[in-house]
Amino acid sequence: MSKNPQKMPNTSSVLEFKSSTFFSPILILHSNDLAAIEQSLQEKISLAPDFFKHSPLIIDVRTLNEFNQDFKVPEIVDMLRKIGLFPIGLRGGNDQQNKQAKKLSIPVDTGQEHENGAAARDKNSSQEEKPVVQGNDDSSAEHNSNNAGCQQESKATAAPDSAEKIEQSVVTTVPARSTLISQPVRSGQRIYAQGDLVVMSQVSAGAEIMAEGDIHVYNTLRGRALAGVQGNINARIFCLDLQAELVSIAGDYKTSEHITTPMQKKPMQVFLQDHALIIKEIA
Amino acid sequence: MARIIVVTSGKGGVGKTTTSAAIAMGLAKKGHKTAVIDFDVGLRNLDLIMGCERRVVYDFINVINGEASLNQALIRDKNCDQLYILPASQTRDKDALTREGVGKVLDELSADFKYIVCDSPAGIEKGANLALYFADDAFVVTNPEVSSVRDSDRILGILASKSRRAEQNEEPIREYLLLTRYDPNRVKSGEMLGLEDVQDILSLHLLGIIPESKSVLSASNAGIPVILDEKSEAGQAYEDVIARYLGEERPHRFIESKQGFFRKLFGG
Ligand SMILES: Nc1ncnc2c1ncn2[C@@H]1O[C@H](COP(=O)(O)OP(=O)(O)OP(=O)(O)O)[C@@H](O)[C@H]1O
Ligand SMILES: [Mg+2]
Repeated sequence: MSKNPQKMPNTSSVLEFKSSTFFSPILILHSNDLAAIEQSLQEKISLAPDFFKHSPLIIDVRTLNEFNQDFKVPEIVDMLRKIGLFPIGLRGGNDQQNKQAKKLSIPVDTGQEHENGAAARDKNSSQEEKPVVQGNDDSSAEHNSNNAGCQQESKATAAPDSAEKIEQSVVTTVPARSTLISQPVRSGQRIYAQGDLVVMSQVSAGAEIMAEGDIHVYNTLRGRALAGVQGNINARIFCLDLQAELVSIAGDYKTSEHITTPMQKKPMQVFLQDHALIIKEIA
Repeated sequence: MARIIVVTSGKGGVGKTTTSAAIAMGLAKKGHKTAVIDFDVGLRNLDLIMGCERRVVYDFINVINGEASLNQALIRDKNCDQLYILPASQTRDKDALTREGVGKVLDELSADFKYIVCDSPAGIEKGANLALYFADDAFVVTNPEVSSVRDSDRILGILASKSRRAEQNEEPIREYLLLTRYDPNRVKSGEMLGLEDVQDILSLHLLGIIPESKSVLSASNAGIPVILDEKSEAGQAYEDVIARYLGEERPHRFIESKQGFFRKLFGG
């Protein structure tokens, strides 16, 4: 994956249409209690501020409508914008809600075609007990695909008792591949890999590396590392020295406060075992 | 073609302007025609440290806006005829600094100069981003304390992703570390980070350690870059920096405290 996803292609015309995929978390609301939603979101944002900052978001209100919970689209949108998120779509809304969204220039997805999948997904997600962490990344937003028509969704996380949940909407599957980074990943930089991620250099505090597959860091890991961000519970993190601010596998995470590494400067691995995040020396 | 050097740090007050003045003078003294540009619009510090504040007629933004030619705005240094200063504007607002404008001025300077030193403002906002955007080399000025090291790391991330070289997928900017205001005694007492601690986090090519020194303040009060004060440790340290930058190998100095050195010598 290119390190400079924003780079403009060298084209002579002023514009170009491409069929492409765009990663965006979907926020499924289970309650119309705005204050509770805001608080719960704030908590998640504080876990991974860089991750959620200016994150686009699709608001899913199907559940609210199923249970006839009253709400106003503009109020939800205002609240999301206030905490730094960018709502970019509404789905599962009724005619009136859709109208409200359009007034705010927010595209509307009637959601008909995913109805079944979404229902099934909602069911199993409510049984999960994973905390959050995931979202989108600019670098994956540019990913082009030739079969953008077939939609598929994979979810990553859900807090069972929270008023909302966020999930990742991924359009189309791509073959897993690995991304190699040889430069240091500095504070403020973010890297997202669709397959495995191999970093040859150090990852600084304040940096964030994410992979749908495994993460290997052949140096000191001081920043945040999130492996299996699309829900792959078999993903692992490996590094030569673990001083991370946060490590996460498929949404299960530990912050530095709870990362006890008596073995500093020893190769370490992080993995999930029976829903528990294990941090262990590589024997 | 000139080599463009940005002196940057993220954090404020760590010694960027002091360093810009010193290295610009150092390069010029070696016979390289050098220009030093103040990117700190609104603060205008460089001309004070260079002692040319009373000769400022036009500034960087006048040139960008086409209100003055480069030749009108460049001030020749009083101590070295190979050195020119392009001062910042004290009155204009920062929005006048545009990427196209800066690019044009640097292009024009490039034809005539060997080195262009860009004194960056603090922060990671527009001014700092513009100062580093066109750079070939970056002198990352860091003080031995956690917040400064953190900010330097952040700037290094920007150098690696938001500079012209990064955007155009060219060979990356060469990054050098300048550890300034280093006080071995305070390192020893644990008040400050040591060289090793800093390098553990930044792992950069170390160009030099500039000790904390009173001569820096007196030099800046006198309007003479401290590198011209050959008796001072800071002046010598900057001299070493220039020599190393130009390819000479010199052992690092000023890491140990003198006190420590004598104690070791006499077994105290
Ligand atoms: N080696 C040193 N020893 C002692 N004092 C120093 C040293 N280097 C810089 N200083 C002092 O630190 C202060 C800040 O220096 P300077 O103006 O060069 O920093 P700066 O990074 O350019 O600041 P700003 O971010 O405001 O532009 C000045 O008072 C200067 O005299
Ligand atoms: Mg300054």
